[in-house]
Amino acid sequence: MNIWVDFLITSLAFGAVFMYGSTGEILTEKAGHLNLGIPGIMCMGGAGGCLVLNLVGKSSLPGFLIVILGILGALIFSMLCGLLYSFLAVTLRANQNVTGLAMTTFGVGLSKVIINKLDSNIYLIGPKLLYRWPFAERRDALQYLGVLFFLAVIIAILSSWVLFRTKVGLHLRAVGENPATADAVGINVSRYKYVATCVGSGIAGLGGFYYIIDYMASQEAYLSVEALGWLSIALVIFALWRPHLTIVGSTVFGILFSCASYLANVKWLNITMATTPLLKMLPYVVTILVLIISSIRNKKENQPPTSLGLSYFREER
Amino acid sequence: MSNVSKAETREPLIRLSRRASITPRKAWTIRIVAVLLGLLVCGIAAFLLIEKLQSNPGKIGEFYYTFIKGSFSSSRRIWKFLKNVSILLCISLALTPAFRMRFWNIGGEGQTLMGVLSAIAVAFYLGGTVPEGVLLLLMLLAALLVGAIWGVIPALFRAKWGTNETLFTLMMNYVATFIVSYFLIIWVPSGSSSLGKLKYGKLPMIVNEQLLTVIVVLLLSVGLYIYLTYTKHGYEISVVGESVRTAQYVGINEKKVIIRTMILSGALCGLAGYLIAAGADQTVTTNSVGGQGFTGIMVAWLGKFNPLAMILTAALIQLLSQGASQISQDFGVNNALPNVIVGIVLFFIIGSEFFINYEIHFRGHSKAKGGIK
Repeated sequence: MNIWVDFLITSLAFGAVFMYGSTGEILTEKAGHLNLGIPGIMCMGGAGGCLVLNLVGKSSLPGFLIVILGILGALIFSMLCGLLYSFLAVTLRANQNVTGLAMTTFGVGLSKVIINKLDSNIYLIGPKLLYRWPFAERRDALQYLGVLFFLAVIIAILSSWVLFRTKVGLHLRAVGENPATADAVGINVSRYKYVATCVGSGIAGLGGFYYIIDYMASQEAYLSVEALGWLSIALVIFALWRPHLTIVGSTVFGILFSCASYLANVKWLNITMATTPLLKMLPYVVTILVLIISSIRNKKENQPPTSLGLSYFREER
Repeated sequence: MSNVSKAETREPLIRLSRRASITPRKAWTIRIVAVLLGLLVCGIAAFLLIEKLQSNPGKIGEFYYTFIKGSFSSSRRIWKFLKNVSILLCISLALTPAFRMRFWNIGGEGQTLMGVLSAIAVAFYLGGTVPEGVLLLLMLLAALLVGAIWGVIPALFRAKWGTNETLFTLMMNYVATFIVSYFLIIWVPSGSSSLGKLKYGKLPMIVNEQLLTVIVVLLLSVGLYIYLTYTKHGYEISVVGESVRTAQYVGINEKKVIIRTMILSGALCGLAGYLIAAGADQTVTTNSVGGQGFTGIMVAWLGKFNPLAMILTAALIQLLSQGASQISQDFGVNNALPNVIVGIVLFFIIGSEFFINYEIHFRGHSKAKGGIK
C-alpha cells in the first residue's frame, strides 16, 4: 500500500487513544467538571484491563469472551476512579483542580506498580491478536484497526448524539452551564454529575487500555499513557466540546504527532534531529491557537461550559 | 416533582450547612485525623501491593518507620530533605498570588522549567568568559525574565479576551518541555540528549550546598506573606479573587492586577528554576522539575494559600514522597510507589476540607443542638 495511506491509517489508529480520552473528558466537562484526573484514570484503565487479561490471557476461554473481559476490567478500574473523583468533587465539594491532580498522581503511580508485576507474555502476546480482529492477519497498516478502534469511533458518535439530540444530553448540558437553574427545574444535579463523570472516566480508561494492548502492544507502553492523557484534555478544546469532532481532531493530532518520524524519511525536506521536538510541539501550539481564537470570536457554542470548575451547593444560590 | 413534596413534609436524613466559623484547633484536629486515616489506608494498600509484607505481616511497623528513616536517618538525608522542601515550597509560593485571585495557574511546571533552561543557557554560552559572580547574576536575571514571560502570556489573553487560563497554562507546560528537548539536541550533538553538569554557574556554598537555597526560600515565604497580607497589591489581589465586579466597582483595574500578578508568579517560578539550576543540578533535562509544578498546586491549596502554613504542607508532602521512595527501595517495589502513597493521603486531606467547611445535621439532632433554620 502507498506510504501516505499507511501514514493516514496509523494516524487514525493512534488518534483513537485521544478519541477515548477526549470523549470521556468532554462528558465530564459538560457536567461542569474539569477532570484533570483523566491522565491517571487512563493509566488505571490500562492497568485494570491488563490485570484481568493477566488472569484469563492464557486460559481456554473463547476469544471474544477474553476481549470482553479485558474491556470490562478496564471499565471497572477507571469507573471506580471516576466514582472516587465524583465523591470528592461532587459530594464533598472539593476543589476540582486539586482533586483531579491528586487522582492523576495516584492513578499513574498505582498503574505502574500494578502493571510492573504482571507477565507481559500472558496479558500482551496472545490477547493482542484477539483485539486486532478482524484485520489481525494483515501485514499492512490495516492491522492496526481492531475492535477497540471501531469502538472508539462508535462511542464518539454516540456521545455526540446523546449530548446534542436527547433530553438526557440537554439536561446534562444544563447542569454544566448553570446548575442552579437546572436544579430549579427539577434536574438531579448530583446524579448527572456522578453519572457523567463515571461514564466519562470509563470511556477514557478504555483509551489507556487500547494504547497498551493494541496500538503499541509493547511492555513499556504503560509508561507513556500519562502524556497522552494530558494531550486528550488539550484535544477537548480543539474539538470545541463536541465528541464527534474528536474523530477529526484526534486524527489531526495523530498526524502531527507521528509526522515527525515520517517526515524524516522524506529526503527533500531535509529534516534534522533538532526539528523533531518542534514538530512534536505542534499539537500543543495548535491547541493554544484554537483556545485563543475561540475566545476572541466569543461564540457561545464554542466556549467551555459556563460553570466549568465550580462546585455547586444548593444553599449558596 | 415527588422529591419536592417529600422535602416539604419531612426533613431529609442528612442536611448540610456552611459553617460560619471554626476554631483553628478544631480545623487542625480534623486535618491531622485525616492524615492519620490516610496513612492507615496506605498501610492497607502497601499490604496489597508489597509481597514482602504479605509473607511477613510483622514488618508493617518497619513500613511506617521507613517514612521517618527516608528523610532523617543521616545528616545528608536531612539536608537533602530540606533542599527538596525548599524547592517545592518555592514553586508553591510562586503559584500562590495567582491562586489568591482565582487565576488557576497550573503552568508552574513549565514556568519553572523555562527558568531552569534559561539559567543553564546563560551558563552554557557565557560560562568561563565572564566572572562567576556576574554569571550567577545574569543567570538569575534570565531565569526571572523568562519565567515571567512564560507566565504573562496566558495572563495577557485572559485579561484581554477572557481566554481560559487553566487550559492555556497547562498547554504551555508541554511547549516548554519540547523547547528544552530542542535545545538539548542542539547543545549535545552526539544525540545522547543528556547535558552533563556544567562547570560554571554554581551558587557558593554557605556551610553546605543546600543552606543558601533553604534561607532564600524561607525569606521568600515571609516576604510573600507580608506582600499578600499587608500591602495594597495584596489587597487588590484578594478583591479580584473574591469578586471581579466588586473590584470594578471600587475602581481596581482587574486586568492590570491579573497581568502584574502573573508576572510576579512567573518570575518566582523562574527563581525556583534558578535554584534548581544553579543551586543543585547545574544541568537541564525535560524532567528537571519532575512534576513539582503540579505537586506545588496541591501544596499551596493544602496550605490555604497562606505562605507560612505552606511551609508545613510542603514538608508533609516531601516527607511522604521521600519516605515512600525509601520504602520502594527497601521492600523492592516499583519506584512509582511514592505517587500512590502521596495520592492516598491527598485524597483524605481533600476530603477532610469538607468537614471543616460544612456542618452535617442529622434528622432530629438539629433541634437538640439548636440548629439554624
